[in-house]
Amino acid sequence: MTTVEASAGGGPVLGTRLRRREDGALLTGESRFVADLAVPGALHLALVRSPHALARIVDVDVSGALAMPGVVAAFSGADLRDEWAGPLPCGWPVTAEMKQPAHLPLAVERACYVGDAVAVVVATSEYAAHDAADAVTVTYEPLPAVVDLEQALTDEVVVHPELGTNVAYTWELAPDDAAVDAAFASAAHVVDARYVQQRLIPAAMEPRGVLVVPEPFGGSFTVYSATQIPHILRVMLALTAGVPETDLRVVAPAVGGGFGSKLNVYAEEVLALALARRLRRPVRWIEERTENAQATIQGRGQIQHVELAADAEGKVTAVRVRLTADMGAYLQLVTPGIPLLGAFLYSGVYDVPAYSFRCTSVFTTATPTDAYRGAGRPEATYAIERAMDTLARRVGVAPEEIRRRNFIGPDAFPYTSVAGLVYDSGNYAGALDRCLALAGYDALRAEQQRRRAAGGTRQLGIGISSYFEMCGLAPSRVLASLNYTAGGWEAASVRILPTGKVEVVTGTSPHGQGHETSWAMIVADRLGISPDDVDVIHSDTARAPYGLDTYGSRSLAVGGTAVAMATDRVVDKARRLAAHQLEVAEEDLELAGGVFAVRGSPDRTMALAAVAFEAFTAHDLPDGMEPNLEASCHFDPPNFTFPFGTHLAVVELDTDTGKVSLVAYHAVDDCGVQVNPMIVEGQVHGGVVQGAAQALWEEAAYDTEGNLLSATLMDYLVPSAAEVPSITTASTVTPSPTNVLGVKGVGEAGTIGAAPAVINAVVDALSPFGIEDIAMPASPQRVWRAIEDARRRGTHPTSTAATDDTTTQATSTKET
Amino acid sequence: MNITVTVNGETATHDVEPRLLLVHYLRDVVGLTGTNVGCDTSSCGACTVHVGGESVKSCTMLAVQADGADITTIEGLAQGDVLHPMQRAFRENHGLQCGFCTPGMVMAAVSLLEEHPHPTEAEVREGLEGNLCRCTGYHNIVKAVLAAADAGDSGAAATGSPGVAGRVPASAGAPS
Ligand code: FES
Ligand code: FES
Repeated sequence: MTTVEASAGGGPVLGTRLRRREDGALLTGESRFVADLAVPGALHLALVRSPHALARIVDVDVSGALAMPGVVAAFSGADLRDEWAGPLPCGWPVTAEMKQPAHLPLAVERACYVGDAVAVVVATSEYAAHDAADAVTVTYEPLPAVVDLEQALTDEVVVHPELGTNVAYTWELAPDDAAVDAAFASAAHVVDARYVQQRLIPAAMEPRGVLVVPEPFGGSFTVYSATQIPHILRVMLALTAGVPETDLRVVAPAVGGGFGSKLNVYAEEVLALALARRLRRPVRWIEERTENAQATIQGRGQIQHVELAADAEGKVTAVRVRLTADMGAYLQLVTPGIPLLGAFLYSGVYDVPAYSFRCTSVFTTATPTDAYRGAGRPEATYAIERAMDTLARRVGVAPEEIRRRNFIGPDAFPYTSVAGLVYDSGNYAGALDRCLALAGYDALRAEQQRRRAAGGTRQLGIGISSYFEMCGLAPSRVLASLNYTAGGWEAASVRILPTGKVEVVTGTSPHGQGHETSWAMIVADRLGISPDDVDVIHSDTARAPYGLDTYGSRSLAVGGTAVAMATDRVVDKARRLAAHQLEVAEEDLELAGGVFAVRGSPDRTMALAAVAFEAFTAHDLPDGMEPNLEASCHFDPPNFTFPFGTHLAVVELDTDTGKVSLVAYHAVDDCGVQVNPMIVEGQVHGGVVQGAAQALWEEAAYDTEGNLLSATLMDYLVPSAAEVPSITTASTVTPSPTNVLGVKGVGEAGTIGAAPAVINAVVDALSPFGIEDIAMPASPQRVWRAIEDARRRGTHPTSTAATDDTTTQATSTKET
Repeated sequence: MNITVTVNGETATHDVEPRLLLVHYLRDVVGLTGTNVGCDTSSCGACTVHVGGESVKSCTMLAVQADGADITTIEGLAQGDVLHPMQRAFRENHGLQCGFCTPGMVMAAVSLLEEHPHPTEAEVREGLEGNLCRCTGYHNIVKAVLAAADAGDSGAAATGSPGVAGRVPASAGAPS
């Protein structure tokens, strides 16, 4: 495929809106997702899942299934108990005392959430497998469920009796509680809020899927999985299934989105491998949408108790956070770590002198939680940005003013936060100003006033959020200090082939982010060649052996940096060789447009391709130089990166029906240097809609029996194009000093900024009723009820200051 | 049960189970896997194809109901290496990220413009309501569809029949 706008002569490519090389195959249906891989003779798996949130498994009878046409085998959890070399992995035991329940691919004694797999059927077709799964008879002894977090804390129902409690761990980041207490004791204003982060279903459009093919000779396997993490998966499959790592090749083919939900090691992946090993046949499993809702991890699931202390001017003097986090029934790959990813962010973009964070994480009889776009950071940002709006009301200033009074100044970087992070760079006021200008803020406020004065039913709400996040996960030493069991480096290698074409191998694993295009741009920019001459290899452990994959907005900041550094190393070697052959000093060579030229005598040149060919023939290398032009880099970032921005949402709220329409959205994001602004904007657009969806529509709702009430796309309200507006984007560019590219990351920024901006807008529209908070999602029913309650209380639409000098608790209890 | 179906111009007869969904027929029997399956409640639109020129969610139809029909899938939209204007518009406007919703989205968008050659942004958004995308936030999808409508205005697009709608001659653009 050729790429439009590719500058063949090696003109500037970094920072251009180069169209994506990924698109051709995706647009024509040629791309192969796991479900598209046709392997002759492949067997299909169907899982039998518990209909109970908590139940003892009394008996599993697979004989009915075995009698069905096309069925090859069927197993209960007990049948396969000895297949496993280890449990499904949790890679983030955040404390030494953390309680970790046994978690096997098929439950043996207890099913602990609706959707927990208890048996598996293997058949010659998908239809036959599903028919036969219905013929497996499981006898359960149902037990009481516990889905409410605060109820789970009472331990009246204990999900895993062998642990003796539902508390998985407690964790704190409380450098100086006395200072926090003192700040509250002397505060002029206090905000005391309780926010509920409802559970969300990541809902990547491609459900999960896995295909395991035993290779004909030697006992090895190729595992194709719809995963974000082929490299990590390979390690974990080796450990759980007991297959030597050397016998495993893991490939992530085209992957249809992940958002964290495919950053995991799932029962079905391990099962498919074990059954392919046992049956010596290719085995595949393709997830159904309802399984995706029930048995793929969910996101969020936290109750946040957030307190701000501030002086008379509204300068924040302390932040205190008490968090209860829902682990769900088991600990998946990084479940326990998600609250920690937020723990460092509750002081936000503000210069806060005192901070205290404590978290209690509990088991419930619901689908395990884990990383979902933002993973801990949207929750933290929501809390601080909502609380800042409430503080503004207490102090009697505008939301933008309270932020300006508290921002970390542009000259304060690198800034060491009270939570211990060192923010790399930022200009928070700059992003806020830019966003207000972009949105036409004054005109918006004037229109809002006009509508309020006119007293109609369609009121305007304007909400802003000034977010930051920590990306570039992460310095390996920092991860070690947080008990994470892997590193945060990323690998790349770059080789210039004898023909002058360039092969780049990356350890990142894109699934929509466009790494092939962006990495080619990075290399082309450094070599001065066309990106069309750069091939990018990824997502296959046989071809890209080292890597830590794609999640946490890390790919560019860590993986892209590794690519850039490996390129620079290749250039260094090429320069030495060219200097040798041109008989000049290395310092006298300049690389431009893919050609080394001698400074001052531009006719004495050697093209990179010629250097590569010389390196290949090795006929005339400098003494001691090895043949070929190849270099690799394993980059371990020295620090996180800290992207930031300000978002502004405009909602129209119907005070008669409670319906909220998102009518405009403006996003100013600073993700440092941009490799491809088109891709950056795309990430912001998608992220914003996911964040807005949490604010307005989405909720993985459970009943008290632990049934997921939103297990289909009819009940779980992923927004369509009709629900969202076009999004205005702009950016500021504050390079990160922590990597050679100056990049920060943008994959999660939109999601992090959006939910608080939208809810701040909803609350802004509701403020004339004296309403200070609304639970997410702000459904018409919820908004309508809030208005009705306010009317019943007699709070009239004009008395905005009714609650201003009391310390009300903004409650947002979860409705089911 | 025997059915005879024309898919992307090729007619074939197959013996299929009466309960086989059209989407599975296209994917598993005909072997055209560009049409994706994203749900089991007819909610996502990933499976959208054209049946007799109309856009249809192929998971809502049985293969046997398509007996005698003329079907176009995403694989039938481009002419050789020349992308359909809608495919080009998606690419030009970054209307796709992971690309999983894309085949269905493009097929739905082609139909949309056939019915409303000059849609407003709101009409595009309403018209694509049955197709979910989790990656793009729809911004660039909507932009792509509006751009394709504009391109149609400028005379680049040709006839209206499904599968060949608005095809651009090879010389006219910079196909991939
Ligand atoms: S597969 Fe979702 S609508 Fe057809
Ligand atoms: S591009 Fe990924 S779902 Fe639309």
